[in-house]
Amino acid sequence: MSTPTLEKSSGAPEAAQSSDDHLITLTMRVRRFNPEVSDEVTWVDYELRMDPKERVLDALHKIKWEIDGTLTFRRSCAHGICGSDAMRINGRNRLACKTLLKDINPEKPITVEPIKGLTVLKDLVVDMEPFFQAYRDVMPFLITKGNEPTRERKQSAEDRERFDDTTKCILCAACTTSCPVFWNDGQYFGPAAIVNAHRFIFDSRDEAGEQRLEILNDREGVWRCRTTFNCTDACPRGIEVTKAIQEVKRALLTRRF
Amino acid sequence: MSAESNSVDLTSSSSQYSVENPAPFIEAARARTKRTPRGGRTNFEMQAWVFMRLSGILLVVLVLGHLLIQLVLDGGVSKIGFAFVAGRWASPFWQVWDLLMLWLAMLHGANGLRTVINDYAERDNTRFWLKMVLYAATVFTVLLGTLVIFTFDPNIQ
Ligand code: HEM
Ligand code: SF4
Ligand code: FES
Repeated sequence: MSTPTLEKSSGAPEAAQSSDDHLITLTMRVRRFNPEVSDEVTWVDYELRMDPKERVLDALHKIKWEIDGTLTFRRSCAHGICGSDAMRINGRNRLACKTLLKDINPEKPITVEPIKGLTVLKDLVVDMEPFFQAYRDVMPFLITKGNEPTRERKQSAEDRERFDDTTKCILCAACTTSCPVFWNDGQYFGPAAIVNAHRFIFDSRDEAGEQRLEILNDREGVWRCRTTFNCTDACPRGIEVTKAIQEVKRALLTRRF
Repeated sequence: MSAESNSVDLTSSSSQYSVENPAPFIEAARARTKRTPRGGRTNFEMQAWVFMRLSGILLVVLVLGHLLIQLVLDGGVSKIGFAFVAGRWASPFWQVWDLLMLWLAMLHGANGLRTVINDYAERDNTRFWLKMVLYAATVFTVLLGTLVIFTFDPNIQ
């Protein structure tokens, strides 16, 4: 122990023991699947000593680095911005890197599963390709006609505000894989694709709004939404996902956007 | 710190599967592919969506009014009999009321079930046949009901 300022440990023979005081014992219950070993899924319990102010991602790291190196999951930034580590924690979709252990009742076993509705490749890793296919299908890029301007494309603050909420998406798939329609039918575009279409449909500089609306008018488009609000609850960025979907529906009905 | 493995050993190859011969992935239901967005370019789903909301609003009045008259007012359910029905269907107003309720409730309910089938039936064949049964039952009920409302004879023997 290299911290001489720790007053309360003075005189205590087991310094290591007392510096352990802030830790709690908790159980991580992880849904594991390794096709190279078995075609069966198993729930495996890991008992850990963790600081409750740490995150679920830290607990997964501890398992992977200290107990079982075969545990497989995605993460990159570890700070809620890359969208790699959406998973189903205690039955709800969250980012492991933004979920503190103390906030999800560490007294009971904490369950961790892959997000639902996408093919499970190994442990917590799913095949994101169908998700990104739906994203590509709404053409998530600026489309304009005519000559390129020589200066930047200007936009008023109010026009920018119109789609501000949907610019925040990090494509983590937490919303799409929380949607019961998507669980049963992966053909549905899903909330995330609609959010990212919304971001351009309501952008005053973009000129392909009609086209995107037509794409979402599809059999598997916005009309499959049943206003369950799971997506809004799941979004780690706090985007009002269901509201965005309803705005696209309204734009389709009124052709005003 | 301990890892309690349950039934399946995840780290050592005790089963038939190996790195060269992995088990199949856990597939998702009907995944999207590059060729997916090729629905017919119609407004059918939009119209169905609007119809559910409009018919729902009308059904609030029609169904609640119907239940009130049949089950609550004027002696409740015990008053209903052949004479009661005959008396009401003598008036074109109640004929139109019941006809509207029949058509709206049937189409609304059938479209609702169509959504449910689209959501839950996984195989294309199952989906197709469930919908055919649904449409047949809907057409039969609507036609039979309409026939009865228009050809009802209070003097039947
Ligand atoms: C009393 C007034 C009623 C109102 C306001 C109403 C409204 C609605 C609405 C808005 C939906 C669409 C839900 C969605 O797409 O998210 C719906 C679905 C449905 N309705 Fe009605 N409805 C009424 C009466 C009825 C009746 C009488 C029936 C049966 C004949 C019925 C059967 C259904 C079914 C089966 C669904 C699909 C369920 C689902 O989408 O999960 N409804 N209703
Ligand atoms: S809308 Fe929210 S939940 Fe959905 S992909 Fe974007 S950031 Fe994730
Ligand atoms: S690791 Fe990047 S969002 Fe969690």
